[in-house]
Amino acid sequence: MDWALPPNYSTFGVQIDQLFWIIFVITGIAFVLVEAGLILFIVKYRSRTGHKAYYTHGSNKLEIIWTVVPALVFVVLGVYSAGLWADIKNPSNMPEGAIEFEVRAKQFEWNIVYPGPDEILGTGDDFEVLNQFHFPAGEPVIVYLEAEDVIHSFFIPELRVKQDAVPGMRIPVWFDATQTGEFEIACAELCGLGHYRMEAAVTVHERADFDAWQASRALAQ
Amino acid sequence: MATIVAEAPGQATGHAEHEQSFLRKYIFSSDHKIIAIQFLFLTLFFLAVGGLLAMMMRYQIAWPDQPIPGGGILPESMVASGYILPEFYNALVTMHGSIMVFLAIMPMLVGVYANYLIPLQLGTHDMAFPRLNMYSFWLMVPAGIITLASFWVIGGAAGAGWTLYAPLSARPDLTGVELGQVMWLVALIFIGLSSILGSVNYITTTINMRAPGMTWFRMPLTIWALFITAILALLAMPVLSAAGIMLLFDQTLGTSFFLPEGGGQPLLWQHLFWFFGHPEVYILILPAMGFVSEILATGSRKPVFGYKAMVWAIVAIAFLGFIVWGHHMFMSGMNPTLGLSFTVSTLLIAVPSAIKTFNWMGTMWRGNLKLHTPMLFAISFVALFAIGGLSGVFMAATPVDIYIHDTYFIVAHLHYVLFGGSLFALFGAIYYWFPKMFGRMMSEKWGKVHFWTTFVLYNLVFFPMHGLGMVGMMRRIYDSTGYAHLEGIQDTNQLITVAAFGLYLTGFIFAFNFFWSIFKGKKASRNPWDATTLEWQTPSPPKHGNWDEVPVVYHGPHEYSHPDVLDKDWLAQNERPDVVSPAAGSH
Repeated sequence: MDWALPPNYSTFGVQIDQLFWIIFVITGIAFVLVEAGLILFIVKYRSRTGHKAYYTHGSNKLEIIWTVVPALVFVVLGVYSAGLWADIKNPSNMPEGAIEFEVRAKQFEWNIVYPGPDEILGTGDDFEVLNQFHFPAGEPVIVYLEAEDVIHSFFIPELRVKQDAVPGMRIPVWFDATQTGEFEIACAELCGLGHYRMEAAVTVHERADFDAWQASRALAQ
Repeated sequence: MATIVAEAPGQATGHAEHEQSFLRKYIFSSDHKIIAIQFLFLTLFFLAVGGLLAMMMRYQIAWPDQPIPGGGILPESMVASGYILPEFYNALVTMHGSIMVFLAIMPMLVGVYANYLIPLQLGTHDMAFPRLNMYSFWLMVPAGIITLASFWVIGGAAGAGWTLYAPLSARPDLTGVELGQVMWLVALIFIGLSSILGSVNYITTTINMRAPGMTWFRMPLTIWALFITAILALLAMPVLSAAGIMLLFDQTLGTSFFLPEGGGQPLLWQHLFWFFGHPEVYILILPAMGFVSEILATGSRKPVFGYKAMVWAIVAIAFLGFIVWGHHMFMSGMNPTLGLSFTVSTLLIAVPSAIKTFNWMGTMWRGNLKLHTPMLFAISFVALFAIGGLSGVFMAATPVDIYIHDTYFIVAHLHYVLFGGSLFALFGAIYYWFPKMFGRMMSEKWGKVHFWTTFVLYNLVFFPMHGLGMVGMMRRIYDSTGYAHLEGIQDTNQLITVAAFGLYLTGFIFAFNFFWSIFKGKKASRNPWDATTLEWQTPSPPKHGNWDEVPVVYHGPHEYSHPDVLDKDWLAQNERPDVVSPAAGSH
C-alpha cells in the first residue's frame, strides 16, 4: 500500500512535485482547520436543555477576511502555476536543438518514428519501431504527437509528462530525462476496449548507447 | 429588527378540492408534490442501478484474474466464461457515470426537490405550468427505459465514457458499439428536454408566484440555489442537446462535425460538452448546498450565518461556472495560453465555495446543535465537500494537473464532490423532508446506523483513491496489473472494493428504513423539526393545492433563537414576533 508519487526522472518534474507538495501543505492546513473546527463545534455546541443558541446573522468583517485570504492564496498559486505551465507546455518555450521524435498513437499501440543517425525527422534514414521508445538522457527531447483513429493520451509517470494525442492535430511535447532508466508509456484517455493494455516500453540511454542503438536499428531497416 | 415588516396583506384564495381519478391523481398527475415523489422513486431506482454497475467495475479492478461470482447470469457478450469483458467494462464505466449524473443525482436534486419545495417554500398553490411539469417527469421515463434497454442490444451499451469524447463516440467501428451509443444519445435528448421544461417552470414560478411578503432576500437558501440552478440548466442543457444531435448525425448520417477526416474537429466536441459540463457540475452541487444551509440552520437553531454572502456566492458560482470549462481540457491539445485564463477563472470560482464553507461553520458556531440524522448528513456534507474542494486546487494548478489528469486522483475528487457532497446532502434532504412528503417520520435509530456505516465506508472507498492517483493509476482501465508503476497498489484496490461492497449494502439499510417508514413510521406533526420555512406550516403531507389561504411572510427564512421570542426558539416566516411574544412589541 504505497501511496507516493513515483520517483521523478525529469527536469521540470522537480518543480511539478514541489508545487504538488506546496499545495498539499496549503490544502492540508485548510483541511485540518475545517475538520477540527467541525469536530470542536459538534462537541462544544451540542444541544443542551435550557440552552439557547447565540442569535446572529453574520459578520461583514469575517466575510471580508474569508473572501480575501483564500483569494490571495489563489492569486499566488495561479501566478506561480502560470509561469511553470508556460515553461512546460508553451510551444514557443520549447528548447532549441532538442532531438525530435514522432509518436503516432492508434488503437492500441504507440508507433515511434526515430529521426535516424542524421537526427532530422522526415529524411530517408527515419525508421519506425512499434511500442519501443528509446531516447538519450541529459538532453531535451521533443515528441510530435499524432493520433490515427481516436484520442489517446501520452503518459510517462516518471517523467511527469502527459499530453493527449488528437486525430487531425500534431502536438509537440518536450521533456528532459535527468538519468537513464526503464519506464512505460501508458494511455491515459479511454480509447476503446484495449485501452488498458496500450503500453509501450521506454528506455532512456546514455547518449553513446543511444547512438549505438539507433545506428544498429537504422541498419536493420 | 427592521426586517420584520409585513409587505402585503394576506389574500384569501380558497382552492377548490375536486375529485380526481386515480390515474390523474397518482400517475399522470400535475400536482407538484406527486411529481416530486414520482421523481424520488425513479431516481432512487437509478441510484441503485448505477451503484450496481460500480460494484461490477470494482470487482474487476480488484480481482482481474478471477471470474466474477454470479457472472453466469449475464450474457456471453458481457461476461464470457465468468470474466467481465473489456468492452463490457467500458460500458460499465460509461453507464455508471451517465446514469448517476443524468438519471440519479441531477433529477433527484432538481426533479424531486425543486418540484416539491419551490411552491411550498414560496407559499403558492402549485407550479406556474403544472402540465409542463408532468411532461418533464414523463420524458424521463422513456429516457430511463432506453438507457436500460441499451445494455441488451447487439454491441452492448455505450462505451466511450460519459463524456462521449469524439471520435471514439462517433465511430462504431472503433468502439464496437453501434446501437448502444445511439440509444444513449437519444435518451440524453429526452433528459435534456425534460430538464429544460422543468427549468422554465422553476424560474417562472420563483419570479412570479412568491407569497405576499416573500421578497427576494427572504427566500430560503434552498430556493435561491434551485432558482439559480434552473437558470444554469436552461442555458447549459440546450448546448448539450445540440451537441448530442450533431454527434448523433456523425454516428448515423455520415456528417463530420467531430471527425477530422471529413474536416471536423474532435476538440469541438470537448468544448461543447464541457461548456455544458461545467455548469452541470454546479447544477449537481448548488441545490445540495441549499439543502445543507437549510438543515444546518434548523439543526443549529441559528439563522444562516451570512445569508446575503451565501446568496451572492451562489450567483458568483453560477456566473463563473460558465467560464471555467476549459479546465477539463488542459491536456487536450487546446492552446496552452488559453489554459492560463482557465486557471485564473478556476481559482476564482474556488473563492465563493470557500465563503460558503466558512459560513456553514459560522452557522454552527455557538449554536444549540441537534444531531439528528439530517443534521449528521449535513455536517458531513461540509466535511467531505471541503475535501473535494481542496483536492480541486491540485487540478487547477495546471503543472500539477499534467501529472494527475486522468488518474484516480480525479476519480477521488469528483466522488468527494458528487457523493460526499451531493449525495450526502440528498440523504440529509430525504430524511429531513420525508415527514412532509409522506406524513410519517423515518426511523432515527436506523437513520443513524445508515449514516455512520455510510460515512465510514464512503471514506474507506474514496480516500485511498487519492493515493492511487498519486501513484499514477489511470482512470477507466480494465486491468492495472500489467503496469510496472502500478505494481504496489493491488492491495489498495482490493481494500477499496471490499469497502465499496459494504457501502452498497448500506443502501439496503436506507431502503428498508425508507419503505418501512412510508407505511409504519411514526406519524409526523406539521413541523417535526421546529423549522421556520413555510412548508412546515402546512399539514404533513400538504393537501392538493397546499394552502387554503396563502400565507403572508414577515421576515427572513431562518429566524431561530430570536431574542424577542420567549417561549420557543423559532419563528416561522408567516409569524409575527409581536403576536407570538407580545413582550416583543415594546422593544
